[in-house]
Amino acid sequence: MSRNPYVREVPKTSWFFRQPRYMRYMAREVTSFFIGAFSLLLVVGLKRLSEGPEAFQGFLDALRGPWGVLFCLAALVAAVYHSTSWFNVTPQAMPIQRGEEFVPGKMIVGAHYAVWAVVSLIVLFMGI
Amino acid sequence: MSERQIQLEVLRYDPETDREPRFQTYTVPCLNEWVVLDALNYVKDNLDTTVSYRWSCHMAVCGSCGMMINGEPKLACKAFIHEYPDQIRVEPMAHFPIERDLVTVVEDFITKFASVKPYLIPKEDKPVSAGEFKQTPAELMKFKQYTLCINCMLCYAACPQYGLVPEFLGPAAISMAHRYNQDSRDGGRDQRQEVIASHEGVWECSFVGACSEVCPKHVDPAGALQQVKVASTIDWYKEHLMPWSKK
Repeated sequence: MSRNPYVREVPKTSWFFRQPRYMRYMAREVTSFFIGAFSLLLVVGLKRLSEGPEAFQGFLDALRGPWGVLFCLAALVAAVYHSTSWFNVTPQAMPIQRGEEFVPGKMIVGAHYAVWAVVSLIVLFMGI
Repeated sequence: MSERQIQLEVLRYDPETDREPRFQTYTVPCLNEWVVLDALNYVKDNLDTTVSYRWSCHMAVCGSCGMMINGEPKLACKAFIHEYPDQIRVEPMAHFPIERDLVTVVEDFITKFASVKPYLIPKEDKPVSAGEFKQTPAELMKFKQYTLCINCMLCYAACPQYGLVPEFLGPAAISMAHRYNQDSRDGGRDQRQEVIASHEGVWECSFVGACSEVCPKHVDPAGALQQVKVASTIDWYKEHLMPWSKK
């Protein structure tokens, strides 16, 4: 009997439609574009700030426009999804062993949320 | 005991006559307590002796009967019929070439698995008269979960990265390297790092996490791979920022 293995090719551009878990993974990856775009926006804002008060006011006015608000909202939703999806897997990447037991994953994830909340409050406080 | 008729769709491929695989459907009277492997055995014993598939222990220990069941990587001996609709589709494990019917070609995995030296490499030779290598329960806990791996390869069937980049060393092989690296009795990490910290090694992993979700023994290969990434990154910084320090 001769061997004649059959190879099933994985579709390079549509493989992630095959499984909901692949879609969740792609969602995590795609949301990083919004974070990148928002970081670029901040860099543009810094450049405008360096160009003087009028330039910076123009930048702020543009942000207050409908497209600016829409983009910021989309970036916020994407950033929350992206961050929480990473928070939730931190116990796998950084398990903490105490003696013969591992610290429960919920505590590691919870610590991330707690630090996030504190940092957000500090940023909000500085913004007021 | 209640009986139920299911339509079992089996992907068939005869390397001598078929140009590509095709589905063949069998009507199987199943008891509610059956697993998919029982249904396949019913087909083999009563309906069609030519169906080929691997199995051995029927108790989720040998790791032989891995296959795609309704598109999900599963052990056929652990997939209970009562958890499925009346139509069940079984296919060979994804990402592996098909040898025949549900039997896959697994040489690639075996070669990769051997390449990570999945055995204890003691730090120094010790005569038998010197006694055993002792280990505390805490030291054992560090790697115990990885010892539960049964090499069923479901993690490879779940990993899209392995499907897209067949050179990827893959979840089980890297997890097993991590298992020995974490073992207090072992001194072979440097030898394994050459293989697992390479581009085709752990850096091909993008942490989809599918491997851990499908593992029938609740091992966490995805976690092992991320821990290997962290350790390899620390190695890199030590090597470049502190060249005077030994790894």
